Amino acid sequence: MMSVGLPHYLTLAAILFTLGIFGIFLNRKNVIVILMSIELMLLAVNINFVAFSIHLGDLVGQVFALLILTVAAAEAAIGLAIIVVYYRNRGSIAVEDINMMKG
Amino acid sequence: MLIADAFFYLFATTCVAAAFMVISARNPVHAVLFLILTFVNAAGLFILLGAEFLALILVVVYVGAVAVLFLFVVMMLDVDFAELRAGFLAYLPIGALIGLILLVELILVFGSWIITPEIAAHITTPAPPMDKVSNTEALGLILYTKYVYFFETAGVILLIAMIGAIVLTLHHKEGVKRQSIPTQVGRKRDESIEIRHVEPGQGL
Repeated sequence: MMSVGLPHYLTLAAILFTLGIFGIFLNRKNVIVILMSIELMLLAVNINFVAFSIHLGDLVGQVFALLILTVAAAEAAIGLAIIVVYYRNRGSIAVEDINMMKG
Repeated sequence: MLIADAFFYLFATTCVAAAFMVISARNPVHAVLFLILTFVNAAGLFILLGAEFLALILVVVYVGAVAVLFLFVVMMLDVDFAELRAGFLAYLPIGALIGLILLVELILVFGSWIITPEIAAHITTPAPPMDKVSNTEALGLILYTKYVYFFETAGVILLIAMIGAIVLTLHHKEGVKRQSIPTQVGRKRDESIEIRHVEPGQGL
């Protein structure tokens, strides 16, 4: 068995990212699960950043991963707030009902 | 080295299995719990890599804050999730196809990956040796000096997110009595008390 190195982590991140995309397609009606899939994809990106940072011995990758964590937390908070407000106004969170703006 | 490898495979398989359960769980509460499992295992992977600060941040921020937020929202909204799952299988083939294509592409790219030897000249912040300076200390040393503007920007982003979430979700119910501090402070004596002369033996 090959010793665990950078390719292993990159493959794991690729699988996680694909699962995130797959989740968006699978749960097209449920916004909450779509948000969770986006979190999975951001986690995969973070794994890539940290793996490269350790492999190259450069700390910037970890700083960047920290900033991604910040943005992901902000995005989750705002997204869930929007879902709560939407549910209060319309009584539903089904994606196909979200067409009031006719965008 | 063998134990570390075994732990990598343990964390990686649990991570992928939990991530699969996140997107396929019937009950969204279970999905959130599997999301927590995914993040805890990813934190384990970060510790294996040697990025212990990010691992603990992942546990604190994701498991402690974001996942609990998801849990609150899932439990607070009275949504018929079974109805939302209708047509679940209709999107399965196209989703699986796109996911498979993407996965093959990513693995092909990573498989033929070669890091150029000139990369050593481009490393801006070399990590200090781990036995001298811990990961947390090394990150702190550059985060508060070289990358302080990025750090401050992250703080501002979080502040804006907090204000935005409060503004979006705060709403005042009609017909609830509230304290109005300007009215209280602005009250004058002559509009609040009135002196009446009451004759003896008579009421008002």
